[in-house]
Amino acid sequence: MKLPDKSLSLDAAVARIPDGATVLVGGFGVPGTPFTLLRELMRQGQKDLTLVKNDANEAGMGIDHLLANGQVKKLITTHLGLNANAIAMMNDGRLEVEFCAQGILAERIRAGGAGLSAILTDIGLETELAEGKQIVEMDGKRLLVEPALRADVALIHADRADPFGNLAYAATARNFNPAMAMAADLVIAETERLAPLGGLSPEEVETPGAFVDQVVRLSEISEEYGVVRR
Amino acid sequence: MDARTRMVARAAREITPGMVVNLGIGLPTKVVDFLPEDMPVCLHTENGMTGIGPTLPDEEADRNLIDAGGAYVSPIPGSAYFDSTVSFALVRSGRLDLTLLGAFEVAENGDLANWKIPGKFSPGAGGAIELAQKARRVAVMTTHTDRKGNPKLLSRCTLPLTARGRVARIFTDLAVVDVTLEGFVLRELADGVSVKEVSEATGAKLILPDTDIPRF
Repeated sequence: MKLPDKSLSLDAAVARIPDGATVLVGGFGVPGTPFTLLRELMRQGQKDLTLVKNDANEAGMGIDHLLANGQVKKLITTHLGLNANAIAMMNDGRLEVEFCAQGILAERIRAGGAGLSAILTDIGLETELAEGKQIVEMDGKRLLVEPALRADVALIHADRADPFGNLAYAATARNFNPAMAMAADLVIAETERLAPLGGLSPEEVETPGAFVDQVVRLSEISEEYGVVRR
Repeated sequence: MDARTRMVARAAREITPGMVVNLGIGLPTKVVDFLPEDMPVCLHTENGMTGIGPTLPDEEADRNLIDAGGAYVSPIPGSAYFDSTVSFALVRSGRLDLTLLGAFEVAENGDLANWKIPGKFSPGAGGAIELAQKARRVAVMTTHTDRKGNPKLLSRCTLPLTARGRVARIFTDLAVVDVTLEGFVLRELADGVSVKEVSEATGAKLILPDTDIPRF
C-alpha cells in the first residue's frame, strides 16, 4: 500500500478557492503566515472573502495585500494593533471586523476541526465581546456559547511536509496552524521542505495528512518570511 | 535611571522564584531585562512558548521565533513550543501565577480597559481578556497619566472593559498602587515624587497607608 500524493502547483492549489469563501489563515505575526499562498490569492483576485486570522499582519505584508486589494469583506481576528491600514479600513467602515479573544478563537477553530458544535466559556462575560451571544447556565455558572468555527478553506504554513500532507512546524510558527489545518473543507498547506513519503518520521508528524487536501512546495523563501527589521 | 526604567525595574521585583509568568505586549516585556540571570522562573508567551530567553538583535534572530509582541527571542535549556490551543489551555486552566499587562484605564474596583478606544484606536484584545480573567494575579504597568496628562487610574473605567475586578496592583512611573476593597492604596513612591503629585495625577481617591511609604 502507498499513501496518496496531494502535492500540487501553487496556482492550481489556490485556484480551488472560490469567490465568497471563508478562509482560515495561519500565522501569528510573521511566523507561520503562508505568505506565498496569500500572494497567489491576491494575484488570482478571488473576491468577497471572509478571513480568519489571529492578526492582520503589518501594513504591506501578508493579508494586508488582500485587504488593500479589496478582496476581503470581513475579518475575524484578535488583534490589529500592528496594521494601521486595517485599523483605518475598520474605522471607515470599509472592512467589517469581528474581534474574538485569542484563545477562544483558537478553541472555536479546534472545535470546528473536532466535529463539535460549540464551546462553553466564561471568557469575555461582562465585556462587549459577550454582546448578542447566547448564555447558558451550567453547574450554577453563567457561560457564553461560542460557536465552533469551520471554514471553506484553510491556508497553512508548514516547515516540513510529505506528499500525503503530513505536516510539522517550526518554533513559534505553530500558533494557529495545527488547529486550522483540521478545520476546513479544503486545507492547503505550503511547506518549506517537501520530503518523500517516509521522509517525515511518524513521531514528528504534528498534523496527520488525512486532514490535508493539497501540499504546495515553496520554491523559494521570499523576503516576507524573513526577520522584520523595525 | 529615568522614571520609566525605574518602573520596569520595580515591576520585575514582583516576579518571585518558581513562578509561571506572562508579560504583556509593550512595557511589560521590558521586565525581562531586569530579571537576574539565575532566577528560576518560567516565562510564557501566548503565541506558543514557555521558557523565553533573552531578546536577540536582528542579525542573530531566528525568523520563526518571536514573542507575542513580535520581539525576536531565544530559547533556554528546557524551553517548549506549542500551538495556540495549548497556550491558552495553560492560561485558562490557572497555570499562570502572574501576568503583567498594559492599560488604557484601570479603575479602583480592579476593572481593566486596554483594547478599544471607540472610533480611534481599537487594536483588539489579543490574549488580554484571558490573561486578565485567569492569571492568579494580575498587575498593570502604565504611565500614571496619558500623553495629555489625563489620569489613567480612575474611579470607574470609561472605555470598553477587558476584564472586571481582576487588577491587584499597578506599577506606574510615579508610584506602586494596590487595588483593595476600599479602593486605591498608595504603597510606594518613585524617587523624587511627592504624595501630592500622585494624588493629583490619580482620577480617584488615593488612600494613604499609616506606615511609611517606601521609595523605588
